[in-house]
Amino acid sequence: MTEYIQAKSDDFATQKPMVFEGRKISPGIAQGEALVTTQGLSFFGGVDTTTGIVTEKGHELEGKSISGKVLVFPQGKGSTVGSYALYRMKKQGTAPVALINSECETIVAVGAIISEIPCVDKIDISQIKNGQKIKVDALIGKVVVE
Amino acid sequence: MDLTKYETEMLEGKHGNAVKKSMSILVALGEIYGAKKLIDVTSVQVAGVSYDNLGDAGLEFLAEMAKDGKVKVLTTLNPAGMDLENYKNLGISEDFAVKQKLVIESFEKMGILSTCTCTPYLIGNNPHYGQHIAWSESSAVAYSNSVIGAMTNREGGPSALASALTGKTPEYGMHLDVNRNAQIKVKVDAEIKGTYLFGALGKVIGEKVKAKPTYIIGIKEATVEELKSFSASIATYGGAAIFHMEGITPNKTPIPTDEIIVTQEEIDKAVESMNMDSEVDFISVGCPHASINEIAKLAELLKGKKVTKEFWITTARPTMKIAEASGYAKIITDAGAKFAADTCCVVAPIKGRFKCLATDSAKGCYYAYSKNQSKTKIMPIEKLVEEAVKEVKQ
Repeated sequence: MTEYIQAKSDDFATQKPMVFEGRKISPGIAQGEALVTTQGLSFFGGVDTTTGIVTEKGHELEGKSISGKVLVFPQGKGSTVGSYALYRMKKQGTAPVALINSECETIVAVGAIISEIPCVDKIDISQIKNGQKIKVDALIGKVVVE
Repeated sequence: MDLTKYETEMLEGKHGNAVKKSMSILVALGEIYGAKKLIDVTSVQVAGVSYDNLGDAGLEFLAEMAKDGKVKVLTTLNPAGMDLENYKNLGISEDFAVKQKLVIESFEKMGILSTCTCTPYLIGNNPHYGQHIAWSESSAVAYSNSVIGAMTNREGGPSALASALTGKTPEYGMHLDVNRNAQIKVKVDAEIKGTYLFGALGKVIGEKVKAKPTYIIGIKEATVEELKSFSASIATYGGAAIFHMEGITPNKTPIPTDEIIVTQEEIDKAVESMNMDSEVDFISVGCPHASINEIAKLAELLKGKKVTKEFWITTARPTMKIAEASGYAKIITDAGAKFAADTCCVVAPIKGRFKCLATDSAKGCYYAYSKNQSKTKIMPIEKLVEEAVKEVKQ
């Protein structure tokens, strides 16, 4: 059973956007809706690049589309061909608009750069919830959650 | 990271788009892994050549880089998805061949030698001790770091290409002596002889210690072919970029006190795990690519015989040319075995074509099973030839 706590109305009134300072990996500015997972993601074999839908069996995001989203995940995993898979998605219009990692590794970094997708890491991704509106300024490594 | 004036210009796009993109990749990797600066490399090996792995996305990326990108240093390629000349004989479709050739054309346009091999050190891309290089292809990385003593990280396709087009790599990881030191001692208490047993040893050690640099004792001697098989296997099963073998490899390292033992029983078990219950219908030698010495041995074994099964010798084209000039190739093809130059069983589109691969390569077994869903058997080259010429029951 879910417990609901009654919020006082002024909790919301005083709520400011959360601002995170991270590290820029791939430059650019983008905004969109957050799609969050606590699991690593492989873009080669783990995502259908023509639809943007996650296909990895048992993954938290299995069946969900990452296209047009600000994709929030700890880090990439799997084959280095994953960098090319991101590039392919960008060309086909199925890529996420921005990437946020806790700790970026080679596959995602290279994929984001060659595809010109803004990417920021060193962000405490546990603070970000699915569906939140996020602005990523990867020119300076800033993430704003509204 | 500190960049020179010239490096900053490259990053800003003053030397073209391919250089700009390459520098962005190298600087980002340098920042991620804490490099203080970029260093010059003298040699590059680029992986990500097979259309089977690249797809149209990879092809598009390469075509874009080829618009204004040119190599700054000697650069060779990993195996492609097919023999670039003799692909029909190996059952590769025309559609695949067209795409594969486009991939190769893009690389050639950038000035990369289209010698497609996983053993660049056997065909003239051969750095010396202490040189900084940027290589992808995990087996060649382990071989060059460990056996030659050159210095490279385990690059991916795009980062190696970025180094080729700029002549630079960020200074971190294997480029710094401290990271190359052995972290664990491995005492081999087993009889290791022949490429297949060196492969089994790489599997056992890789699975035990993962990517940790090892200091291996108990190996009395090893040939180039045995070390190439071992390098491939330890990198495949553990992810190591470097190992040290007492009395055999040239790098200096403090000797770790932590010690593990590899027993004969563990080697036997590793061999057993790669010997699956199935009827062999495909035999392959040359993972990593066969040396001229291995080809000479095969010629001796196959002379005057006829193979009854599909038999591929995967090798670099220049090595095959030597085999042709020396008469080995004729003996081998007269026996019905086939040369597959430029390619290999890991990257060719052969999923589902064969039920059971027999090879002397532990790396070959790994990919046959995981990528191509084929059963495997591992054995010395002599036994492979015996298996190949056995009469097939009708």
